[in-house]
Amino acid sequence: MFDQFDAIFLARLQFAFTVSFHFIFPAFSIGLASYLAVLEALWLWTGREVFLTLFKYWLKIFAIAFAMGVVSGIVMSYQFGTNWAVFSDKAGPVIGPLMAYEVMTAFFLEAGFLGVMLFGMNKVGRTLHFVATLAVATGTFISAFWILSANSWMQTPAGYGINEAGQFIAQDWLKVIFNPSFPYRLVHTVIAAYLTTSLVVGATGAWHLLRDRDNEGARVMFSMAMWMAAIAAPVQILVGDAHGLNTLEHQPAKVMAMEGHYQSHPDGAPLILFGLPDQNAASVRYQIAIPKASSLILKHSLDAPLAGLDTVPRENWPPVPVVFWSFRIMVGLGMLMLLLGVVSLIARMRGSLYEWKPLHRFAIAMGPSGFVAVIAGWVTTEVGRQPFTVYGLLRTVQSASPLDAPAVAASLIAFIIVYFAVFGAGVWYILRLLSHAPHRGESGIEGAPTRTAGITPIQQTDGPSPSGAFR
Amino acid sequence: MASFPVSFDLPTIWAFVIAFAIFAYVVMDGFDLGIGILFPTLQVGHERDAAMNSIAPVWDGNETWLVLGGGGLMAAFPLAFAIIMPAIYAPIIAMLLALVFRGVAFEFRWRDPAHRPLWDIAFAAGSTIAAFAQGVALGALLQGVIISGRNYGGGWWDWATPFTMLTGISVVIGYALLGATWLIMRTEFSLQQHAYRYAQVLGIATVICIIAVSAATPFLSNAYYQRWFAWPSILIAAQVPLLVAIFIYLFFRSLNRGDHALPFLLALGLFLLNFIGLGISIYPHIVPNQITIWEAAAPRGSQMFMLVGAAVLIPIILAYTAYAYWVFRGKVGAEGYH
Repeated sequence: MFDQFDAIFLARLQFAFTVSFHFIFPAFSIGLASYLAVLEALWLWTGREVFLTLFKYWLKIFAIAFAMGVVSGIVMSYQFGTNWAVFSDKAGPVIGPLMAYEVMTAFFLEAGFLGVMLFGMNKVGRTLHFVATLAVATGTFISAFWILSANSWMQTPAGYGINEAGQFIAQDWLKVIFNPSFPYRLVHTVIAAYLTTSLVVGATGAWHLLRDRDNEGARVMFSMAMWMAAIAAPVQILVGDAHGLNTLEHQPAKVMAMEGHYQSHPDGAPLILFGLPDQNAASVRYQIAIPKASSLILKHSLDAPLAGLDTVPRENWPPVPVVFWSFRIMVGLGMLMLLLGVVSLIARMRGSLYEWKPLHRFAIAMGPSGFVAVIAGWVTTEVGRQPFTVYGLLRTVQSASPLDAPAVAASLIAFIIVYFAVFGAGVWYILRLLSHAPHRGESGIEGAPTRTAGITPIQQTDGPSPSGAFR
Repeated sequence: MASFPVSFDLPTIWAFVIAFAIFAYVVMDGFDLGIGILFPTLQVGHERDAAMNSIAPVWDGNETWLVLGGGGLMAAFPLAFAIIMPAIYAPIIAMLLALVFRGVAFEFRWRDPAHRPLWDIAFAAGSTIAAFAQGVALGALLQGVIISGRNYGGGWWDWATPFTMLTGISVVIGYALLGATWLIMRTEFSLQQHAYRYAQVLGIATVICIIAVSAATPFLSNAYYQRWFAWPSILIAAQVPLLVAIFIYLFFRSLNRGDHALPFLLALGLFLLNFIGLGISIYPHIVPNQITIWEAAAPRGSQMFMLVGAAVLIPIILAYTAYAYWVFRGKVGAEGYH
């Protein structure tokens, strides 16, 4: 029994590790693909060279991020079978088809047109190239649609039945796909991806503005990113609030964990700002709280009663400390993003957007915050679903493969070593590319400035070379 | 949707769809893994860059078929997915990690010339290990897995046997053959000449592998033996080795005549015949000798829901995949012009 638990805990660690690492890349590439489509559209529309410069600049980054997203994503699709075989057997008939649709509608679309997008401008012409960029951008969104539908079904299952083999079966596919939490999760996650990208683009622009405030590429990307932050951050907070209310309706225990409400509050629950949740004692120590504010946020009334975890059987409690803290990290960063957006608007109105160094430094500091917030949000929703894989229906301990702990431990260690080495190198390459300021005549995907004549990529004899595509 | 009146047999259709996805994967990723396997034998510089350029625009789409094969198996035959994946745990994890290395090497070797030799090793080793792991996984499935209830019931080293080593090596050699013939088709001059020589050697090695695996398989279990040697199924089954022999003859003839595209197409034909042979051994089981496609099938509603999409989407996917190949058609030269 103890061995069994150990193997399951290791399998959970492995899934958490690989999915968190994976999620960093799509969170970036969903936004970046759309940004590239916007840049190319603006270039085609206005003919301004700076948009082409920025397109080429970010395309190189995109190629690296996308490759890492692909290879870490293949791992995810197989991990359901290797580590969560019972879950695959039972839930496969419902979420399997959603993932199969993701492959058929999104992955092939992205992969099929990525080559044209990266290497093909001189081969297919501007219009078709733009179509390819749009196809890749659309693919990233469709991918988010299906995988978040599958994830949301695990959070708020709907439209299902259970057959004699103990498998979930779909009775109404529309209800399965558009399950109660899906619309909220989709909007919240896609905006998060846009925000994450805008913060990276903004930080890059700010970095180069600090060195050369007249760099046109840096000015344009910084301005675009700050618009995005100023618009998306407040919208995201509103969407997040709506998502939270939806969670309160369908997964109240998760909200109790987010709020740190071990006890019920019949006449208005306090908003615990900080504290140390103690799962064993079922209380939050050293808490700093605003009386009745939680009821105001969640029920829009100061005195509305709010149930606590004392109304939930203890074996169904999520691990409160993790959810409590990850939620606060996400919300805190969200507030800082809002602040950045507001400050940038003020600077814009004062006409000092490109000159005001404190703003630039703030934007640089916020560069990685989107990734942290996205992971924190993901931890909140996933750990908050525990101790279930399919909420309320299938327990995590009953979902795992019958594997020995050493097998799972060995693979977990291998994943940790390989991911840190390989993706660490990838992130380093991205940072190195970002450290170069965008400039006129930005080289294309196959023409990195570091490439010398001796290692110039090869021309195709029947037409312009891929390397010539963006020269 | 579940009540939609259908008279055809959904699990059989899905077995063919999954088989198609797996074969599409072998056809497309086989040659690009093969180029990775051959990579250490290519000259640093032009040869390696040309070989890499010939697959850089398409490798990502090629690997997507692997995701469709795995994801499709989970969706259409969840019980089989749940039993097979833990049974071949170590080879699958090894394959996934190997694919990480080779996938990022496409980008990283351009980005980091100082460490290019390192990423070339990552590309070659990743490709080779991925191919080997796929062969081991196939062999492990063929030799049979222990089942308990609806779960895998064996240990996590059960897959490691002489037979699976043989199938692992065979797949590495077979993919290398596809890679060599792909280079014949897509390159010129010295690289193409090298590729002709590799194809000759690898062709012979592939024939030895085919014979060895074919000889070993029927004796793994009585059921396989019955399929291949019992009367009257031998009448149909015997056509496969006959065709294999013809294809081998045509393959070496086309090599010696210096054809460009034909060796690759004939090598693919050989793979197809072996794949059909595999189907003869296994069908209608999905976990050989134990679980049939009907027993493992997802509920009708799930298979129907996906089939509607697959029937429309897979032809579209094939169309734009063909377009992507068409855009990057033609010879990748062995000389840089600038």
